[in-house]
Amino acid sequence: MDKKTALYDTHINLKAKMVPFGGFSMPIEYQDSGVLKEHLAVRNEAGIFDVSHMGEFFIEGEGAVATLQKIFTNDFSKMKNGGIRYTLMCNEKGGIIEDLLVYKYSDQKFMLVVNAANHDKDFNWIQEHLLSNTTLTDRSEEIGLLAVQGPRTKEIFEKICRAEELPEKYYTFKENVEIAGVKADISRTGYTGEFGYEVYCRTEDLLTIFEKIMAAGEPLGLLPSGLGARDTLRLEAGMPLYGHEMNEDITPVEVDLGFAVKLAKEDFIGKDAIAAAQNSEKVRVGLEVVGRGIVREEAELLLADEKVGFTTSGTFSPSMKKGIAMAFVDRDKSEIGTVFDVKIRNRVLQAKIVTMPFNFKNQ
Amino acid sequence: MKNPENLKYSKSHEWFKELTETSGQVGLTFFAQEELGDIVYLTLPEEGDEVAQGDVVCDIESVKAVSDIHSPVSGTITKVNEALLDSPELVNEAPFDTWLFEIEEITAKDDLLNAEEYTKFVEEEA
Repeated sequence: MDKKTALYDTHINLKAKMVPFGGFSMPIEYQDSGVLKEHLAVRNEAGIFDVSHMGEFFIEGEGAVATLQKIFTNDFSKMKNGGIRYTLMCNEKGGIIEDLLVYKYSDQKFMLVVNAANHDKDFNWIQEHLLSNTTLTDRSEEIGLLAVQGPRTKEIFEKICRAEELPEKYYTFKENVEIAGVKADISRTGYTGEFGYEVYCRTEDLLTIFEKIMAAGEPLGLLPSGLGARDTLRLEAGMPLYGHEMNEDITPVEVDLGFAVKLAKEDFIGKDAIAAAQNSEKVRVGLEVVGRGIVREEAELLLADEKVGFTTSGTFSPSMKKGIAMAFVDRDKSEIGTVFDVKIRNRVLQAKIVTMPFNFKNQ
Repeated sequence: MKNPENLKYSKSHEWFKELTETSGQVGLTFFAQEELGDIVYLTLPEEGDEVAQGDVVCDIESVKAVSDIHSPVSGTITKVNEALLDSPELVNEAPFDTWLFEIEEITAKDDLLNAEEYTKFVEEEA
C-alpha cells in the first residue's frame, strides 16, 4: 500500500492522475492541465509541486560535521549557518548510494534531504557510519515539502511573506519564516532550472500553506504540477536523477558531478576509488534528437553499427519541442556534435551530443 | 466524455466510423488519449497499405509513452490525415472528431464493440 502525503485528497480534488513513486502515491499530472502546460507554466510563470515524499533526516551533535565529512563527498567544514550543499554519498568502490542536499542549521545540526526511493537504505548506511557523539533522526513523516518554481515565484511569495524573511541567495535557506499564519523553513532551491523556493513545514500545515500559495499565485498563472513536468524540467536543466543517471555502480566521475566531490579534503568513504577513476571509460552527455521522435531510457547508441553508449533518461522537451535525452557514452566519443544512430522500435533515429543544460531558455 | 453511439470500438482503443458498407475512418478513443496524456508525435500508415484486423499500422507518442495503433478492420488504407503530423494535439483536443486514416475494401469488421460494450470494457480495465 503506497503512502499518501497530507495533500493526497487535494490532488484527487484537483483531478490528478496518481502513480506509485518511491513508495508514495503521487500526482504525475493534473487532468485539466497536463504535463506540457505544467512544464510551460514553470518556465513562464510558476508551478507548485508536492514533494513531501522526499525524506528528511537530521544529523545532530558534536560529531555532526566530522560525520558529514566522512560519509559525504562534498566539503562541509566551511559552511555557514543557513547554507545548503549538494552532495553525493558513495560506497567504498566510489559507486553512488545517493545524491542529496545538506542544510546547515548550526555546527551541531544539519538536515539531509533524500530521495523517497532511497529512504531506508540511506538511513541504514548513515546510521552504520555515524561517528561518536552524533545522532541521526528520521523526521520524514513530520515534515511536508512544497516546491514552487518559475519566474513569478518571488512575486507570489512577496504577497504572502515578508520579503526580508525570504532567502536571497541560491542554495541558502531561512528558518521559521511566517507563511499562512504558520512557520516554515524556506530555501532557494529546486530541480527545474528556474528561480524557486522550497518550503519545509510541519505535515499538518502543508494544506494551509498550499492553499495560501495557490490563492496568491493562481492570478499570476501558478499551476499545480506533477512528477511528469518535474522530470521534463530537470532533464532540460541537465540535472541527473538517482536510479537513472546514478546508481551504486556509477562513480561521480562518470556522471560528471566532480563539483560535488572534494578530493582535497581528508578521508571520506569512496575517496580512493573515485581518485583512481578519474578517467572513466564512459561519461554522461546530453543528446538532442535530430528531427521528429523521442529517444527514451535504455536505448543503445550506435556509431558505425558499433555500440558506444546507452541512454538513461529521455523525453520530449516541451520548451524546445524536440526529443532530448541523457546518456553514457565512451569518453573518446563524447565530443559535442557527435551524431549517433538510435534504434527505436522499427526505425532508426539520429541523436546529437549537445551541451547541458539544454538550450531551453531561448525558445 | 461519452463514447458516441454511432461508432464501433476495438479493445485496443481505436474507434471505427462506418462511411459505407465497405469503408470507414479510424481514430483513437477519449480513454486512449487520456491514458497517454499530451500527444507530441504520431506516425501514419502508407496509402495503399493492405492491413488485417489487429495489425499494428502506426504509433502515437505522448510525453510519457509510445503506443501502437492497430487497425480495427481488414482492408486497404486509402487516405491518411497528414495534418496530424504537425498538430498531433488534435487527438487530445477532439479525439472522436479526429480521424487518423480511412480504409476501403473492408473485408472483416466483426468483433468490434458497440458504445455500451466499450464503455463497460474500459470501466473494467481502469
